[in-house]
Amino acid sequence: MTRTLLSGNEAVARGAWEAGAIVGVGYPGTPSTEVLENLVRYEGVRCEWAPNEKVAAEVAAGVSLAGGRVLVTMKHVGLNVAADPLFTLAYTGVGGGYVLFVADDPGMHSSQNEQDSRRYAFAAKVPMFEPSDPAEALEMTRLAFDLSEEHDVPVLVRSTTRISHSKGVVELDGGRREAAPRPYRKDPAKWVMVPANARRRRVDLEERLARLAMHAEASELNRMEMRDRTLGIVVDGAAYRVVREALPEASVLKIGMVHPFPEGLVRSFASQVDEVAVVEELGPFLRDLVVQAGVSVRDVDIPRWGEVTPASVRSAFGLPAAPTREAVQGLPDRPPLMCPGCPHRGVFWALKRLGAIVTGDIGCYTLGAAPPLAAMDSCLCMGAGVSMAHGAALADPGRPVVGVIGDSTFAHSGITGLVHMAYNGQAGTVVVLDNRTTAMTGHQGNPVSGVTLSGEPGAALDLEALAAACGASWASTVDPFDLQGTLEALREAVAEPGLAVLIAKAPCALLEKSVNDPVAVDEEACTACGACIQLGCPAISRAESGIAQVDAMICVGCGQCVQVCRFGAIVPAGPACDLGGNAR
Amino acid sequence: MSDVTTVVLAGVGGQGTILAGDVLAKVAMSEGYDVRLSEVHGMAQRGGSVVTFVRFGQDVLSPVVDPGGADHLIAFEMIEAARQLPLLAPGGRLVVNQRIVPPLPVLIGAAEVPEGLEAVLADQGAIFVDADALACEAGSSKSANIVLLGAASAGLPMAVETWEQVIAGRVPSATVDANLRAFALGRDACLKGACR
Repeated sequence: MTRTLLSGNEAVARGAWEAGAIVGVGYPGTPSTEVLENLVRYEGVRCEWAPNEKVAAEVAAGVSLAGGRVLVTMKHVGLNVAADPLFTLAYTGVGGGYVLFVADDPGMHSSQNEQDSRRYAFAAKVPMFEPSDPAEALEMTRLAFDLSEEHDVPVLVRSTTRISHSKGVVELDGGRREAAPRPYRKDPAKWVMVPANARRRRVDLEERLARLAMHAEASELNRMEMRDRTLGIVVDGAAYRVVREALPEASVLKIGMVHPFPEGLVRSFASQVDEVAVVEELGPFLRDLVVQAGVSVRDVDIPRWGEVTPASVRSAFGLPAAPTREAVQGLPDRPPLMCPGCPHRGVFWALKRLGAIVTGDIGCYTLGAAPPLAAMDSCLCMGAGVSMAHGAALADPGRPVVGVIGDSTFAHSGITGLVHMAYNGQAGTVVVLDNRTTAMTGHQGNPVSGVTLSGEPGAALDLEALAAACGASWASTVDPFDLQGTLEALREAVAEPGLAVLIAKAPCALLEKSVNDPVAVDEEACTACGACIQLGCPAISRAESGIAQVDAMICVGCGQCVQVCRFGAIVPAGPACDLGGNAR
Repeated sequence: MSDVTTVVLAGVGGQGTILAGDVLAKVAMSEGYDVRLSEVHGMAQRGGSVVTFVRFGQDVLSPVVDPGGADHLIAFEMIEAARQLPLLAPGGRLVVNQRIVPPLPVLIGAAEVPEGLEAVLADQGAIFVDADALACEAGSSKSANIVLLGAASAGLPMAVETWEQVIAGRVPSATVDANLRAFALGRDACLKGACR
């Protein structure tokens, strides 16, 4: 027995390995990413980054068809992309155990929406487990594989940020248990979902769900903890530990298997307490299920958005808050920003000079929308940077429209948009920000970099050749650290009558940590014009006299500010520690 | 849960708060405590405000910390110290890196750092540490996070040897010596200085 500290994501990886999964496949997305990054370190599991979640879910379906146990991972919005295979996979069922891990992000710490994946389990008619901490994440992932094979159905394991990115002490008592082989067997009635077969599997699915409902009623994952019987709380996921902290005396029905929903168990719990309330994130969902089970519920005022906290639960039940210190007034906000030395900065500096509508996408470069660059006008979903550019150009042909998308995002869903633009023949411009990595989620390889999760070399997409093959009439690559060159290339691209694709190619500042010596400001030469400030670099600010100053502890010497200074006032300086660090 | 100790680490993405929180959690686990650590990754890492919670004790339930719920606040710069101050219990211990990392709205002139921020923090009982200078003295400008852990350790119940063991196992091997020096400098600064 080993005692170790694991995050929820590390625990899911461990659970999949212990269960004998032979393949892990997914697309990076906060807060789900670390599952595969950890699973790849175990022996006997092949792990792959897919270009998107749909491909990942389909690769996994192939593994399952041929008899292997497989884990698929993604964040909540990725499940939208993977929904197509998932809904029909519920009909076909599985060969080898098929577990889809999905991580939601209540509070939108790093997401564009806070959709609730519990609803997918009901909509797709597949079972769902909801761990409340890392130890349960390990156990439930392991059990999910068994359930998948036993009931011939894919199983969802749902986490949230506070589980995936929380660490807790986990006792490891099991090693890897190789799953019994389930060799491929030709069975078109099960796997070929033409209508005649699908109609039969549709009915079969209802029978499987009925058996799963009986399983859920008896499952140890749904647990009554009887304490004071005046109040009983029905709770799932991360909210369980929060409720235990906030209301330590209350009886609790902890839901660990939310679909099929254990209605009988809920009624039994309700009959043993005076009053039932529901605490959940992103409700009312669990609450409505409890009501549908025929239980009357005391409605409590838990916000429908964001994370549940002990304080919000205490407040909802009329309990006093802890004494606090007074907040300091007038503090400046601290929005995230592009790193010092970020190659995206040069592209947005150039885009700002273009007067274009700029449709953006999901990645670090979404920060190009923030002042002072403020050079991006939309951010919707993966791939929309390309497709929306086409739509905007149709509606407003009078001005340049530029779609901006990162390398990984382009491989995820940008290529089909590019095909649409070329195929439908309207002019437009697409800029691929190729920083050689999937930066936002922590630097995963992708099909553009050719770096794979297993470390084996993969084919790298040739973006210029791809653009030409899709039908672009102009494709070129530029170094975004060359600001003037980038601006000129953009002007040329926008002037192109056909479809133009510009690739801004330079590695992420955090990828290659070779840091140059910082620059410094020549106080005699600086005219306080503010041109360098407009780059929005965190190392540059104005001194009280109005002239620029560079924080030597932050500057990485990328040289972008040197290029925008018309007075030659930004000059090389020595190593940071020799300068005494931060001057303020 | 009165036997639970709650620590909040607050800083700016890129300052090493996540590694510091990880070290603290492992030190607590090594000494036999139950531990819960919670942090937020992703976009916040790109120079935004970042907060890590570490709670340890006999049996830790929630990984999340409420206003007034922290026994220790370790702030990696002064604006974030002030921002997270409401999390710190009235009797809690406040360790602050004595520097300001100006956020973008300040850099571009759209907002200002409030006057007398340092005095406000001093009034709240802040123990100031010049972690960046001590990090350079230790031999690595990147070890300011470990300097701050050293300073915080003076108010925490875990043994120095446990801290050293965990730090040595967690930082890049080329920087172990510098980080151990950074820990000792932070701890000494606190023990010899204004430490309570």
